[in-house]
Amino acid sequence: MALSREQIAKRVAMELQDGYYVNLGIGIPTLVANYVPDGIEVMLQSENGLLGMGPYPSADQVDADMINAGKETVTAATGAAIFSSAESFAMIRGGHVDLTVLGAFEVDQNGNIASWMIPKKLVKGMGGAMDLVAGAKNIICTMTHANKHGESKLLTECSLPLTGVGCINKVITDLALLEIKDGAFHLLERAPGVSVDEIIAKTQGKLIVSGDVPEMTFS
Amino acid sequence: MAGFDKVVTSYSEAMAGLEDGMTVIAGGFGLCGIPEGLIAQIKRQGTRGLTVVSNNCGVDGFGLGVLLEDKQISKMVASYVGENALFEQQLLNGELEVELTPQGTLAEKMRAGGAGIPAFYTATGVGTPVADGKETRNINGRDYLLEPSITGDFAIVKAWKADRYGNCIYRHTAMNFNPMAATAGKITVLEVEEIVEPGELEPSQIHTPGIYIDRVIKGEFEKRIEKVTTKQENQ
Repeated sequence: MALSREQIAKRVAMELQDGYYVNLGIGIPTLVANYVPDGIEVMLQSENGLLGMGPYPSADQVDADMINAGKETVTAATGAAIFSSAESFAMIRGGHVDLTVLGAFEVDQNGNIASWMIPKKLVKGMGGAMDLVAGAKNIICTMTHANKHGESKLLTECSLPLTGVGCINKVITDLALLEIKDGAFHLLERAPGVSVDEIIAKTQGKLIVSGDVPEMTFS
Repeated sequence: MAGFDKVVTSYSEAMAGLEDGMTVIAGGFGLCGIPEGLIAQIKRQGTRGLTVVSNNCGVDGFGLGVLLEDKQISKMVASYVGENALFEQQLLNGELEVELTPQGTLAEKMRAGGAGIPAFYTATGVGTPVADGKETRNINGRDYLLEPSITGDFAIVKAWKADRYGNCIYRHTAMNFNPMAATAGKITVLEVEEIVEPGELEPSQIHTPGIYIDRVIKGEFEKRIEKVTTKQENQ
């Protein structure tokens, strides 16, 4: 069975380590905050200028001056810091954020990512995505393995305009967890009940499968 | 005005000197921390052909979006512009030019502009459409783009409190692009919720020193929220 959005988020959350500063993108990455493993502390960075993003406010706590990068009202966690956009991207570009999780339209075997622009459709802008992929030491990309027509989104070479080059290390899809290195996708784990053959069939880029590929676990 | 007292009492005074074809840098992130009254004044003045530099362009009917209603903006420099139908329509009609700029690069362009640095190298955007036409240089084994900085004829900025000298502090995430915008205007106009006397703000807590500020006006703010999210609805 392909993973649900929540299961993808749960698997990503297992990559978190105690003391990590983490930037979560919009969509599935946002859900990761709900599954931080017990016993570890992480600090969420929101690129509009908040380090230590807390939960959504209660109705009477809502404050127009307190939002996240998705323009949603949020709270500040205990020990949070607030700063300017230049400071925020200094920490991103300067490689101080330990982990970035973001979505993508396509990734390829050389770690390139396309996530912001589909030619001939309306282009809304890249926001902070290009800065995040250029600056993060460690990036996990969450996405569906194939589009709704069954065409692979893990490619030899991205076909859409890029967000960044050679920057993606790890991809967690609804079918598998893969590492990108040496110009290939390396299959490390498969979703429970998903066969290696299905993953091979749905991966257009170079895929390395070595030995028995374990099923994912979520704890 | 006398000495360092920068307080003005009317919006027409606050935006005096803004002319057709000028560049205006605006602070704010979405609708958070935007100089609402100064934007409204630009609409009233009817200044046209403006280049506006801001992370976003407001929404239909609020924030910088109101300047689209009478087609006052000819070029927008922003990182994300998806929130208004009028924007989309004018873009598709060719009435509006857009220069999409990565968010961190945009913040740094303003910061560098205000700090007297004409351009800087960044890895952001290498290998993407953002790199088109830009000088690329390899430094210590990695490619970087040369990005020119930005200055404006005017900067319009929103802060929480300022003293009469223009020293100011921002509130929560309404800080965002405001401190950089403040440094990058030939004329910087600050709209605040409260004006206090010099000496009332703790000097070491000032976010933007008054040297960057030319005019200060006390505004009334609606503070519209784009997405109200609360615990009850979402958790």
